[in-house]
Amino acid sequence: MIRTPGPGRAYAEEILLPVRPGYVALTLFMAFILNLLPLSGVSLALRPDLVALVLLYWGIEHPRQVGFLPAFGFGLAVDVADGSLFGQHALAYSGLMFAAIAVHRRVPLFSARDQVLHVFGILLATQMIVLLVRQAAGNEFPGWWYFLASVTGAILWPAVRRLLRMPLRPRVREEEI
Amino acid sequence: MEHTAPPFFKRGPSLFARLSFFSLLSLVLLYSDARFHYMEQMRRAIAVVLHPLQRLADFPGEVGERVSDFFVTQSSLRRENERLRHENFVNSGLLQTQQALLAENEHLRALLQMRARIERGSLAAEILYSARDPFVRKVVLDKGSSAGVRQGAAVIDSKGLIGQVHRVFPWASEVSLITDRDQAIPVQIVRNGLRAVVFGLGYDGALELRFMPLNADIHNGDLLVTSGIDGTYPPGLPVATVANIEHNAAYPFARITCTPASGVGSHRQALVLGKGEALPDRPPPAEAPKLRKTKPARAQ
Repeated sequence: MIRTPGPGRAYAEEILLPVRPGYVALTLFMAFILNLLPLSGVSLALRPDLVALVLLYWGIEHPRQVGFLPAFGFGLAVDVADGSLFGQHALAYSGLMFAAIAVHRRVPLFSARDQVLHVFGILLATQMIVLLVRQAAGNEFPGWWYFLASVTGAILWPAVRRLLRMPLRPRVREEEI
Repeated sequence: MEHTAPPFFKRGPSLFARLSFFSLLSLVLLYSDARFHYMEQMRRAIAVVLHPLQRLADFPGEVGERVSDFFVTQSSLRRENERLRHENFVNSGLLQTQQALLAENEHLRALLQMRARIERGSLAAEILYSARDPFVRKVVLDKGSSAGVRQGAAVIDSKGLIGQVHRVFPWASEVSLITDRDQAIPVQIVRNGLRAVVFGLGYDGALELRFMPLNADIHNGDLLVTSGIDGTYPPGLPVATVANIEHNAAYPFARITCTPASGVGSHRQALVLGKGEALPDRPPPAEAPKLRKTKPARAQ
């Protein structure tokens, strides 16, 4: 594929090492454990959904490595851990994976900073799915702070992206230089 | 690159087909969970697998707590000790009068040939975390069915009723707080014995006393305790105090909001009460009048 460097393209064509499925699984697993941290109050309202972020990263960068099945499975696990309706996050993450794969050719053309807007939109849509499910089940709107998680998630995106890429950078040996 | 495969390579079903499949699957799961509660077995199985992960995630917090416990100063310990001793003194005084009252009550019940009250066992548990879903009011306790927690048991803290055990897993259990949406608790006003049903509203710090007529004898600051007529909650547990009464002639009922008595956010210990006396069997359906679940107990 020929990529024309866009105006905001900050990243040089960095060729990353091939991704092993084990690494993808490991990162998803770590994100899930971080999601389980016992938070409450303001920190809970600000907590980004890290599983959604990591799924989104792999969906955009390597859509063949993750598919709908991991998104669905982790969604069910999140539902059980949170004690919420069985399937609400599975539905939301399926939608997220659809959006990620649908834009996976477009988003990498932007710099990490410009990708934030795409990510924010997708995270917001994911939360909207959960909100709609809960409204259908008869719950009240919890308040606008509910969407703060999308904001913090989008802000964290460049950091998460860099962190996930770090082990994939090719190691250059000293003597080769 | 790997995603530029020419179309003649097999790539599986289209993106939209996959989305539809998984969306339909999750909608089926959602519907069967919300309407019929079919998913409890599967939920339990997943919860068992997740339990060690949850413990792993709790670990840093526990270590931090232990470290801060270790560096607690002597003066604060002494202050706490003094406070506890004072509380103990006051409580033991109350306990002595209660012992006498209990004996008297038993005696009177024997005289009246009423059934003796069954002693409920209780189980101390620790609140692991509160549910992260903003739509539910739940906490997770560190004791489950292996410790004898049963579904439907009442959970209290030192100030009053917290909620009811909703789901039991082998090593943990979910407690629906009294503020959870449509959590209904039969209560009684201490001042005049008026019975009512208090409902959770789905957000913190507020309960609603529904279906009370405009002229009901309720004042601000009235204490509501469980009436015990449902057989789930033992009688006499503090539930809430009346905070605000709104009389609007346009509605048949007064709008009464209450504040919960227990402090769910403030401490980590809770007491799970055991099963109480068994209810008598339901009368045969042909004779029984049709009762709706949400129908309140009528005021006398």
